[in-house]
Amino acid sequence: MSVSINKVEENKTERLKEIVNHLVQPMGKSGIGFKIWIAFLSILAIAALAMYIKQIQEGLSVTAMRDIASWGIYISNFVFLVAVSLVGSLITAILKLNKIKWATSLTRISEIIAVAAVIFALIIIVVDMGRPERLLNIFMYGRLQSPIVWDIIVVNTYLVISLLLLYLPLIPDLALLRKYKTDVPKWQSELYRILSLGWQGTDEQYKILKKSINILMVLIIPVAFAIHTVTSWLFASTLRPGWDSTIFGPYFIAGAFMVGAAAVVVAMYIFRVKYNYQCYLTDYHFNMMGKLLVLTSLIYLYFNVNEFMVPFYKMKTAESSHIKGLFSGEFSMMFWMVQILGMIIPIILLLFKKFRKPKPMMIIAVIVVIGAFFKRYLIVTPTLLHPFLPVQNYPESYHHYVPSFEEWTITLGSIAGVLLIISVFVKIFPIIPIWEVAHEEGIDNDILNK
Amino acid sequence: MENKNSENKKKNSRREFLQKLGLVGMSAFVGQSILSSCNNDKATVTGKKIKVLNQNHQLVEVDASSVTPIAIDETTDYLQKQGREGLEGKKFALVVDLSKCKNARKCMDTCQSVHQLRPEQHHLNVLLMKDNEHTASYYMPKHCQHCDNPPCVKVCPVEATFKRKDGIVLIDNERCIGCRFCIAACPYSARSFNWYEPKDAELYADVPYDIEKNVPQRKGTVTKCTFSADCLREGKLPYCVSACPNSVYYFGNIYEDSVTNGTSGETVVLSKLLAENAGYRLMEDLGTAPSVYYLPPKDRTLIPVDESSKS
Repeated sequence: MSVSINKVEENKTERLKEIVNHLVQPMGKSGIGFKIWIAFLSILAIAALAMYIKQIQEGLSVTAMRDIASWGIYISNFVFLVAVSLVGSLITAILKLNKIKWATSLTRISEIIAVAAVIFALIIIVVDMGRPERLLNIFMYGRLQSPIVWDIIVVNTYLVISLLLLYLPLIPDLALLRKYKTDVPKWQSELYRILSLGWQGTDEQYKILKKSINILMVLIIPVAFAIHTVTSWLFASTLRPGWDSTIFGPYFIAGAFMVGAAAVVVAMYIFRVKYNYQCYLTDYHFNMMGKLLVLTSLIYLYFNVNEFMVPFYKMKTAESSHIKGLFSGEFSMMFWMVQILGMIIPIILLLFKKFRKPKPMMIIAVIVVIGAFFKRYLIVTPTLLHPFLPVQNYPESYHHYVPSFEEWTITLGSIAGVLLIISVFVKIFPIIPIWEVAHEEGIDNDILNK
Repeated sequence: MENKNSENKKKNSRREFLQKLGLVGMSAFVGQSILSSCNNDKATVTGKKIKVLNQNHQLVEVDASSVTPIAIDETTDYLQKQGREGLEGKKFALVVDLSKCKNARKCMDTCQSVHQLRPEQHHLNVLLMKDNEHTASYYMPKHCQHCDNPPCVKVCPVEATFKRKDGIVLIDNERCIGCRFCIAACPYSARSFNWYEPKDAELYADVPYDIEKNVPQRKGTVTKCTFSADCLREGKLPYCVSACPNSVYYFGNIYEDSVTNGTSGETVVLSKLLAENAGYRLMEDLGTAPSVYYLPPKDRTLIPVDESSKS
């Protein structure tokens, strides 16, 4: 009898070793492809930094923004990054609180995307400031009436909770890494030692950990809704046609869940292929994420219909020039590409099972993410170019807005920065939560602690 | 050596410029008679009376000998304090008679030169309006509307833009962080941003910042119409109002129900002017409650030819 128990235990220990080895295997080692990738991202990030230094020296005149289009691609990129970051709460909190098992192996992927995106959202908002050295004025003279102050409060809160949701589930894995991943440089093992906070892995500790994660998962949902709702209010709190809308909050949230789900699909595909994680990021995962993407896209489509059809039907004076600009004017090409290629066609394709396979889904998800980026551009720019009063006595360039080279470089650099954080993270930490996978396979704490 | 000389010259000319600037400011502030009284022996009563305006804006007579010019505190701190408070017992209003505007643009030019603005920066913009295809076009000078419910002030995260008790909305370019939320929020597109280094920045390098004039301008901050709050403090009409050759502008105090025409100097009853000429405000439906009133463009002295205006 005791022999067979021992046998089972031995099997489980073997299985755990297998899991750990598989999940830590891509860490540390880096092939030539990865080095090129990092170099590429670094060049983009350094170029962006150089352009930002130029912008500080010469002022915002290096951008294409002027008095009429006074916000541009920086602000739309900010909205995009905040939108992407919402996925952390969607996958980690909403799915996990609903006890959806397949979400387990996606939590860390989505949480690191959230953290990286929100960090660069904060950076890009400083880049947009005319006087960045006066940033502290917001704390010295901050006025609670201003949606910007609300945004700063909730985005920072979201960052803190997201960091905790990334870090807390990492602690048991760090303890495991100390045991199993010994072939690392000294600083890295030291990092694991410090960050694992002397984790013992007792049942009591796991109980506290799970409880803390549960509390954070509940907390992050209202904060996540708040960050994107408040971000939408930066626009909806004005009187301008195209922004003066009561559904902007849910419209933005729905769009954020859509682009966030797509971003996770892209990341899933890359990890699955590069790291041979087919057994953790299975076809089933892609199938389910595909269904989730269809659901979020359909909700977003519904809000789009409301947002554009209602003013289109009424054609109020101020709204009509905005709507005409989007439907048939200077933005029509981009508008219809975004709406049809970036939303409607993905919905239709993903309704079919054969498109919910990893490869086709990855391609669709990339298109959704690119579409989502330009969607934010279409939310910010056309409205500013169609003010209530005629645009007169300005140079010709004031009537249009095409981002300058500097703006594009900084924008691409910020996205490269997000990818850089994620890429470096996966070289130091396991991207699939080891202990959670182990628990799901019935490997209990005693074996984990051995 | 030559280099140094030219440098000195530059410095000198700047000093001269500043001295002139200060002198003009002084004389404007205390009046020519007070300046001339500086040389008089202060012990003897001259018997010569001069009129001065006291703090409560009452005109009083005093003996010339008892008048000594006071050093005007022109430090930024003082200017900031008085600029944020505003003038007691006043609520300013501008009336624009659209039937008189001939697009002379003297107001725009004066405004731009006084406020150190580049040609494409407008505190004040004269627009060619055409409300619909059947109505005739007209010129409409558009200032900041100095709203009583200002959308720009609401959204400012640092109280750089604020509304004073006399109804004027100002911007503090020493506090502005350059987020441009106020520009996005303004339905009248009345605000401008210093995308570039301001015009003639080196000439203004040593001038203390006057929040009521918003000069010197600063790169990376928002700028806007001030209703010429610096003139109003001296009891003068705004720069644009005085510059108009066509009697377009009336300016005054709502509490006194009187406005003065900047060209003719004629003072009329505000409520009567608005009632008799069907005065209105821009985009009343937005609830911004502007301080700028327009008189409709009827019986125009100049009907603009439609240059198929850009809109």
